[in-house]
Amino acid sequence: MIVSMTLELKDIPGQLVLALAPISELHGNIMSVVHQHEEKTPRGTIPVQVTFEIDQGVLDELIEKLETSGVGVARVGEERLRSSVSVVLIGHIIHSDIGDTIDKIDKTGFAEVVDLSLSMPAIERTSSAYLVINAVGIKELKKALEVLREVAAKKELLMIEPIRLNSEAA
Amino acid sequence: MKTVRVSIIGFGAVGQGVAKAILSTKETLIEQGIDLRVVGISDSKGSEINAGGIDLKRALERKKQKGTVAKCKDDALEIIKNVEHEIVVEATPTNIKNGEPGSSNMFAAFGSGKHVVTSNKGPLALRFSELKEAAEDNGVFFRYEATVGGAVPIFNLIHEALAGNRVIGIEGILNGTTNYILTRMAEERLTYELALKEAQELGIAETDPSYDVEGIDSACKLVILANSVFGRAATYRDVEVTGITKITPEALELASKNNYVVKLICEAGNGTLTVAPRLVPKKHPLAVGGTLNVASILTDLAGRITISGKGAGSIETASSILSDILYIVRNS
Repeated sequence: MIVSMTLELKDIPGQLVLALAPISELHGNIMSVVHQHEEKTPRGTIPVQVTFEIDQGVLDELIEKLETSGVGVARVGEERLRSSVSVVLIGHIIHSDIGDTIDKIDKTGFAEVVDLSLSMPAIERTSSAYLVINAVGIKELKKALEVLREVAAKKELLMIEPIRLNSEAA
Repeated sequence: MKTVRVSIIGFGAVGQGVAKAILSTKETLIEQGIDLRVVGISDSKGSEINAGGIDLKRALERKKQKGTVAKCKDDALEIIKNVEHEIVVEATPTNIKNGEPGSSNMFAAFGSGKHVVTSNKGPLALRFSELKEAAEDNGVFFRYEATVGGAVPIFNLIHEALAGNRVIGIEGILNGTTNYILTRMAEERLTYELALKEAQELGIAETDPSYDVEGIDSACKLVILANSVFGRAATYRDVEVTGITKITPEALELASKNNYVVKLICEAGNGTLTVAPRLVPKKHPLAVGGTLNVASILTDLAGRITISGKGAGSIETASSILSDILYIVRNS
């Protein structure tokens, strides 16, 4: 599972290593660390956001290890939808049942439409929509795009996706 | 002094641009020890042939006044086969249906042992591997920098400057007309129809714009790129193509609010060839405006390299042709 934690460190040297070491000891894979040294909490500690992949079974052990070493665990949350993509649709978006279009993505269970802006200039003109889809991972995001591509083709909507090479190579 | 004799087959905008470019660089080339002579020019109505070298200034004037360069009835194939020279510049218009007359001209040139430099996309989009083989069998050069990206040296960059790199993929805008239309639609909130009309009035789009706006021109260029870079034997029918005719100003506005522009992007890589409108982040190097062309090449060693420049125009295209001619002169 992918976990996002907010840790609180004492403002003395060596605390960041102290906080991250237990994660790797339990074979966690650290994905991002945001360390804001200038933003202290009212308690005088320094908040750090850590995101990592770890086996769910060792999560409690990890929290215990962190707290015994003096690192405060302020928040623990599961990061479910981590990958995101923007898409533009053009066509008879409303009349081809936008609810159904969104449903097809949401029903996958691994992806959701999290943002939607619509523009409908006039009754006889085609409408345009901007969608943001989030998914649990890159692979799932690609699958969600495939689903949307199929739906768009069936409903005769033009689907504009982001450039590919850039994101895939990055 | 090395004398190199050239024929210009097709004397439209590109052919005339080549004549102008040769005229304007004549002295520089002579300083480099190269005497470049045009010994034959042909257009659809006839030819001018002069073994000692054609007066290009006069040929250009005659074309301007009479609409043809013709002084005699000889056609292109007669010049290619019977006039002694080294390099054929094939600059007849692109024909995407059967590649003619370009294909016949090129095969005739190879058959008579002459190098070919071309701006003509038709034959390359339809019969790339046959043409390449014919050139190899006859031990002559086949250069086509001007077919893709106008003045932008994409093939030179990949084959010479990036030699040794494995190209993972290429993404780019290879059609200036659609880029202009999309740029104007986004900037002025014009409808597609209005932006197209403006482009037509400026001479950026043809009276029949379908070749550009349906993505066919982009697809041809993508095929030439893929064949040349990945050694494929694709034709433009292998490209999945979506044009820009359905794009609305509202879609561009929604994209813009979210920091994207929409561009007609050609994409080669991962075994697929696609031309489609795509969202490009505003700060991305591919987000060039106006009539500019751009190509972003992803390689294993150099990483990403992006080049941009003028994708069309008589003199700009001639720049690529001249560069190909000089490559042959220096390497033969």
